[in-house]
Amino acid sequence: MDMLDKKIIQVMQNGFPIVAEPYKELAMEIGISESQLIERIEALQAGGQIRKMGAVIGHYTAGFSANVLCAWVVPYDKMDEIAKSMSKNPAVSHCYDREVTKDWPYNIYTMIHAKTRSECDAIADAIAEENSLDERVMLYSVKEWKKTSMRYFEEEKVAQ
Amino acid sequence: MAMLSIADKKILNIIQTNLPVCPRPFAEIGKLTGLSEAQVIERINHLKETGYIRRLGPFFNSDKLGYVGTLVAVKVADGYMAQVAEVINGFAGATHNYERKGKYNLWFTLLAPDAKTRDMLIEKVRHLSGVESVMNLTSHKKYKVNVNFKLK
Repeated sequence: MDMLDKKIIQVMQNGFPIVAEPYKELAMEIGISESQLIERIEALQAGGQIRKMGAVIGHYTAGFSANVLCAWVVPYDKMDEIAKSMSKNPAVSHCYDREVTKDWPYNIYTMIHAKTRSECDAIADAIAEENSLDERVMLYSVKEWKKTSMRYFEEEKVAQ
Repeated sequence: MAMLSIADKKILNIIQTNLPVCPRPFAEIGKLTGLSEAQVIERINHLKETGYIRRLGPFFNSDKLGYVGTLVAVKVADGYMAQVAEVINGFAGATHNYERKGKYNLWFTLLAPDAKTRDMLIEKVRHLSGVESVMNLTSHKKYKVNVNFKLK
């Protein structure tokens, strides 16, 4: 990645114009041609820096108004297999492994989405049953203090 | 909130994972949905304005951009929640900050340009009044990161 890639990321994280030729409009703002921009985006996709070009929809758009962060204790020798099986569940949007601490034994974290909290509980019960897991914690949110998208490379001054 | 039309659902199913990278992306989506380019643009603008679409464009892999991410769990004493949450909200890289049930009652995701900055921010939280304990729960493997809902 060079300075131009960073500039492209800085500009594109401000929003995507919903017009007939959005890449032309973005390219003008960046100061390059439309075809240069398209080439760069394709290279960033190939390199994995951009994991998708797409949209995030509101959870309630799909009828999902409840969600829960569920942390699991999974045997390490089966962690890969179980995490992959959890990831196949369409109600699971995120699945990560994480470090444990002395008083916190949970090593796999899933975000589960459903219409209600009791449905979230039922999905977690099913996942537990399927993978023979008997230790989990349902970390329901009480209050959202902040939810934003990350803005990259704003702490650096990027040459024009 | 108004009901989604069949055309809206088709657009949403496509656009969640595939915003075409070509000069006329909305004409491409039109071909896949049987709508004109102008209709697709009109519907997407509407879906964005009404909050059905939260964000559109590139989604980045923070690791590949050189950033380090983590999940931080904080045990906050009674009466200190608001002031601790406010400090964390002030970190540019704290993108999600939620009060949750349980012995660790404040959880935030943190992205930082390097490990040193990440550790410095976590230390700052550790020393706030009312903070009893902090866990830095780093991840080594992301099995699933994609929020993608199929609309029927």
